Amino acid sequence: MFANVIDILSQYWELFLIGQYPHGPLGGLVNTLILASLALIIAFPLSVLLAIARTSPFGIFRHPVTVWVYVMRGIPLIMIIFWTYFLVPSLIGRNIGGFTTMLCTLVLYQSAYLCEIVRGGLQSLPAGQVEASRALGLGYFRTMFFILLPQALYNSIPSLISQFISIIKETSLGYIINAQEMTFAANQVNNQLLVKPFEVYFILAVTYYILCFGLTQLAQWFERRIEKKRQGSDLLAT
Amino acid sequence: MSQFTQGLEKVLQGDYLDIIIRGIKMTLELAALSWVLAMVIALSLVVIRLTNNKVAVALVAAYVSYHRNIPTLVQLMLWYFGISSLFPFELQMWLVDQNAEFIFAAVALGLCQAAYFSEDIRSGMRAISSGQTEASRALGFGYLRSMYYIILPQGIRNSLPSLINHTVLLFKNTSLAMAIGVVELTYATREVENYTFLTFQSYLVATLVYLFFSLLLMFAGALFAKKLNKVYAR
Repeated sequence: MFANVIDILSQYWELFLIGQYPHGPLGGLVNTLILASLALIIAFPLSVLLAIARTSPFGIFRHPVTVWVYVMRGIPLIMIIFWTYFLVPSLIGRNIGGFTTMLCTLVLYQSAYLCEIVRGGLQSLPAGQVEASRALGLGYFRTMFFILLPQALYNSIPSLISQFISIIKETSLGYIINAQEMTFAANQVNNQLLVKPFEVYFILAVTYYILCFGLTQLAQWFERRIEKKRQGSDLLAT
Repeated sequence: MSQFTQGLEKVLQGDYLDIIIRGIKMTLELAALSWVLAMVIALSLVVIRLTNNKVAVALVAAYVSYHRNIPTLVQLMLWYFGISSLFPFELQMWLVDQNAEFIFAAVALGLCQAAYFSEDIRSGMRAISSGQTEASRALGFGYLRSMYYIILPQGIRNSLPSLINHTVLLFKNTSLAMAIGVVELTYATREVENYTFLTFQSYLVATLVYLFFSLLLMFAGALFAKKLNKVYAR
């Protein structure tokens, strides 16, 4: 079995890694990573805005975002993929490819989840932070941007990394709408070989595992570091 | 607007409605079966981990890490396309007769979600101070009785919020089974859309159904947690 795995890898490693590039579109593992990173980079600022609205004292900002978060958390990602797949082209008037569809979907879906993470970070800060900064004469926005957000975002780094892992795992759904990424590449390999499905999907699973396991370790390292820093500052405070 | 409602009526009538209802049934069956499977495996994993046997603990950790770091869709495909091809030929044929897609989907989803459930329960149990066990043992409760009356009720209460979140996740993940050909709600919706070309209306119905059940789960979970808190808040 392992001989087979090595055979497949030596023959098809390029397809797994970069898809048909340079003879066709970029794909494979590289595209999975590009897709996941772009989704996080675009969704993150959006989610900070949503989180500010979600913790806002004004219902007119708070309620729509709350509804948005519950709707996004309540429907499967595949459903949102299909909505994007036919709504976005009819909104902008031209067809979009699998990659763009998947990117839009992930941004929409993750904005809700990231919003909850940032909100959790904001709400776990002690109330004294707001009170002190308001007492020092900072307004709502200055309190938010100079006092609350820096601390909340730093504390939520581990959750952000685990959300990045989720995004990487979610990119695999791109296969359903023929977006070029690693699961799609593995299916191409499987369709060419036909007789070795176990080996092909085994390679796919192991690649995802190595990628996500590494990131999990990184998240845990950050968690320990933040924990230490918090304990240190507590000692100073007492 | 009237065109829209006409389309909606068409989707919600006759054969198309039948397809959708069969899809909902399949989704619920799949969710229920894999939930039970996941819970049974998760509880066994927790118990194995409590034994403090080094090899057993390492195996459980490996199980959890494997299932949490690989996309659920890839796990489904690995089971359905990969692992099934290693089975003896007679077993493969038998499975095909028994609706193989459904069985593999339930197994893959159940095994995957078991990893999440076991972590939820374990972290809930870990939050209970060891004084609770010591006190209940000092009062004369045996291991099983202190587990059943003292530790588990508190542990379940602690882990309830994340158990509910992951139950909702499990329910949503049943939609992935369409990729291996299980005719659940998402697959059924695609069928209706292919027949009627009423894309917007078909997806709207499916989305509302998913949303209804997810919100129901979240709401019921919150209610249950509130009730538990009241019972044990003494």
